[in-house]
Amino acid sequence: MSTTTTAKAAGNLGNWADERVGASKGVKFLARKIFPDHWSFMLGEVALYSFIILLLTGVFLTFFYIPSVGHTVYTGSYEQLAGQTVSEAYASSLSLSFDVRGGLLMRQIHHWSALIFVASIVTHMFRVFFTGAFRKPREINWVIGSVLALLAIIEGFAGYSLPDDLLSGTGLRIASSIILAIPVVGSYISFFLFGGQFPGEEFIPRLYTIHVLLLPGIFLALITAHLILLVVQKHTQYPGPGRTNDNVVGYPLFPVYMAKAGGFFFIVFGITALMGALFTINPIWAYGAYHPSPVTAGSQPDWYMGWLDGAVRLTPGFLEFQVLGFTVSGNILLPALIIPGLVTMPMILYPWIEQWATGDKREHHLLDRPRNVPTRTGLGVMAITFYLLLLVSGGNDIIATHLRLSINDITNSLRLLVFVVPPLAFVVTKRICLGLQRKDREKVLHGRETGVIYRTEEGEFFEVHEPLDEHDRWLLVQHDSFRPLDPAPAEDDRGVKRPGARFDKVKAKLSSFYFEDRIEPVTPAELEAAHHEHHGGHEAVEGSDEAERPALAGH
Amino acid sequence: MSIDQSHGHPGSDVATTSEGGLPERFENPGLEPHRHRMADVDPKAAKRAERQVAALFGLSTLGTILFVVSYYAISIEGDSWAEIARQLRISTTLLGVGLALATFGVGAGAVHWAKTLMPDEERIELRHPMRGTDEDRDAALDILREGSAEAGIGRRPLIRNSLLGALVPLTVGPAIVLLRDTGPLPGNDLSTTFWKQGMALVHDPITDPEGLGRKIKPEDLTIGSVVHVLPEGIQAEEVEHPLDEIAKAAVLLIRLNPDDLDETSRAGAYEGIVAYSKICTHMGCPVALYEQQTHHLLCPCHQSTFDLKQNCKVIFGPAKRPLPQLAITVDDAGYLVAKSPFTEAAGPSFWERG
Ligand code: HEM
Ligand code: FES
Repeated sequence: MSTTTTAKAAGNLGNWADERVGASKGVKFLARKIFPDHWSFMLGEVALYSFIILLLTGVFLTFFYIPSVGHTVYTGSYEQLAGQTVSEAYASSLSLSFDVRGGLLMRQIHHWSALIFVASIVTHMFRVFFTGAFRKPREINWVIGSVLALLAIIEGFAGYSLPDDLLSGTGLRIASSIILAIPVVGSYISFFLFGGQFPGEEFIPRLYTIHVLLLPGIFLALITAHLILLVVQKHTQYPGPGRTNDNVVGYPLFPVYMAKAGGFFFIVFGITALMGALFTINPIWAYGAYHPSPVTAGSQPDWYMGWLDGAVRLTPGFLEFQVLGFTVSGNILLPALIIPGLVTMPMILYPWIEQWATGDKREHHLLDRPRNVPTRTGLGVMAITFYLLLLVSGGNDIIATHLRLSINDITNSLRLLVFVVPPLAFVVTKRICLGLQRKDREKVLHGRETGVIYRTEEGEFFEVHEPLDEHDRWLLVQHDSFRPLDPAPAEDDRGVKRPGARFDKVKAKLSSFYFEDRIEPVTPAELEAAHHEHHGGHEAVEGSDEAERPALAGH
Repeated sequence: MSIDQSHGHPGSDVATTSEGGLPERFENPGLEPHRHRMADVDPKAAKRAERQVAALFGLSTLGTILFVVSYYAISIEGDSWAEIARQLRISTTLLGVGLALATFGVGAGAVHWAKTLMPDEERIELRHPMRGTDEDRDAALDILREGSAEAGIGRRPLIRNSLLGALVPLTVGPAIVLLRDTGPLPGNDLSTTFWKQGMALVHDPITDPEGLGRKIKPEDLTIGSVVHVLPEGIQAEEVEHPLDEIAKAAVLLIRLNPDDLDETSRAGAYEGIVAYSKICTHMGCPVALYEQQTHHLLCPCHQSTFDLKQNCKVIFGPAKRPLPQLAITVDDAGYLVAKSPFTEAAGPSFWERG
């Protein structure tokens, strides 16, 4: 086809679409929208693309998988299980692996992309958290994202349970016990979910509906809302020369971003396909079919469940007690329901918690450099440390066998470490951030080190510092620095208690927790003063701490 | 308000002047000058980039061909599992590598195209506050007020209240009622097991396929040996949910030196042979790692440790309750049988277990 005929065909198609649905307006609105560019913005894309890969491979799996625990005698290719009575779910997962061409590949791609899906959601969240992208007006997308992250964990667990192998059945056994532990209604909920006792015959088919219909539907709806908000609010951008709170600097959706983002989908697909081709994952044939009697030593859930498993392992048994003839299994409720709740609630509410501390109601479209918000960064690292310690605890038996240590000693040490290390991580991270800020100040005031050493006539040595040009300097001086809020007086002029005064006091406390330790960016006047000093002598000038500097007038 | 409001929005051109004529904040210097790429200035470099993109797309086509050819060329068949496994590995690898090349080629080509040949000059789009203008907000409010007045929802509380009275039960009622048949009520099911007085202990076929359903005599057990046991008849045709029953009734049979047992467990033991529920009192995993030297039972799921010498008391880990003991004796023919059913619920805790 020559260029002119192609153009003509495209024109006809465009005309057809415009006269039916007004496509030209959509093109005008969307095609040249500007998207900023940064590697960390690709984490959310990875999550989206692995979801699409899960949809594609998942639909293929549904053509062969049978969601039933009805008994059948295994007669397939895998000799070791020949003649055994197994569930149809297990048998169909095996035949999907061994008898369907490309079936094993699709199963493995599906499982690998499930792991990548959850991992990319989590790292995407870290990016959003540490750069403050959740601030007004993006609180809704933070909440949607948090819900997606939680549902992703549940969806992964549901999928993991479908093949009805020994490992996945053990996971279900544990899930049923967690439900049983719920006070008052636990056994009822468990009986309704499982259609009777564990394992029963109903749960796998129900889980299947949840896995392939209910949750993917919710995912689609939430992801759509997430992306619509992204377009409406426009993407945040990192600070830098020319980037302001009132603009977006980047590349147009068509053609640059479409090529880059669309291309990136295929790259993610390619990498996941290669993993599915080369690395075995979840070899269900080696585990055997689920049965309540045999034992699996060293069994491990998928990585995203590991922290809960770890919390369960660390909780001592004495937390179970009896009241009025009823049993309260604190040893299960605490790690499996209460801790996850205590972790997720502050996570979902975080944008508002920080708003109370800053008292800041402005829109924010420029991202923070994590060092410039030391308390937030510290809290984030604290949460990650806590999470990692629980994850490690989930592998306490593996650590014990590898390091030849007593499992009791390891568990006891971890019980202590989960309380001690996270606060320590908070303090250390905050210190590091403040240190980096001081370094930034120094760089602005005295320029960057060149490595060239000079000797003055008096015999003094000094290193030549090259002043920053205004573009490089901008990144280091552009940010806001918050000061702790003063609580408004608790009583009005006539000495009457003001409603809400107590909440204001809490907010003020929170605010000073956030902003007590603070370093402010260099001002032009300070830079000017530093220049004068340089002309006087060449002594090294310490980056001054804000607390030592007289507060700027007029605040 | 005590935030540094005078700093204004970062990057906005609010720059209050302080003494000395210097602004209080630095001003945003604007975009850095654009640097051209090789392909922008050198037509040869551009031609090279074009060929690289085409090569990557070509790689994708080859990948698809590899995929389709290996789908037909390699069958997953053979006379033995070893042969099938080899074919399977070859098939999975070739299909996967083909698919990987097919997708990666398209992706890498498109990205390379965008990076080398599409414009890389940054553009600027202005943002507008999310909040509508005051006029917009007033107009919206007016519309809402007018609409509500037209519907008369404020003037006619009867309609409002009866609508609420219809919608709330509608969203709650049928959903709850409909879920009732998802399962039976628990009744006594969690507290009872298949075991009955006089029921014989037989080998668990899962852990001992050879011993399938065979009864056990005390002489079969040497000191320190462990046998996985089920109640006789649990796998029979007429048992409706054998897995549900096994999940509660599985038992470990162990022979110790009678002197190693404490008072309480000796009552249910037979010549140093004891039977304990295999279902962990924590979350129900089968507890079956037996340490011969210490006489400890370890649960593989969360490492709860039970001491056989102390009537299976928990000595470490998240479980609270000891494994329930099944009292045993021998019948007239000399086979081990249950002296009585479990005297408490076996398996994980639940609210009503007491
Ligand atoms: C959105 C996120 C999803 C996640 C995190 C996820 C995760 C998983 C995991 C971990 C497995 C176990 C795979 C194995 O090793 O056998 C699985 C199995 C399965 N998934 Fe998904 N999945 C997702 C979406 C879907 C969708 C959208 C479908 C179908 C429309 C689907 C259909 C299936 C089927 C049929 C199985 C059983 C396959 C087997 O047992 O061999 N999944 N899923
Ligand atoms: S199930 Fe045995 S320790 Fe948790």
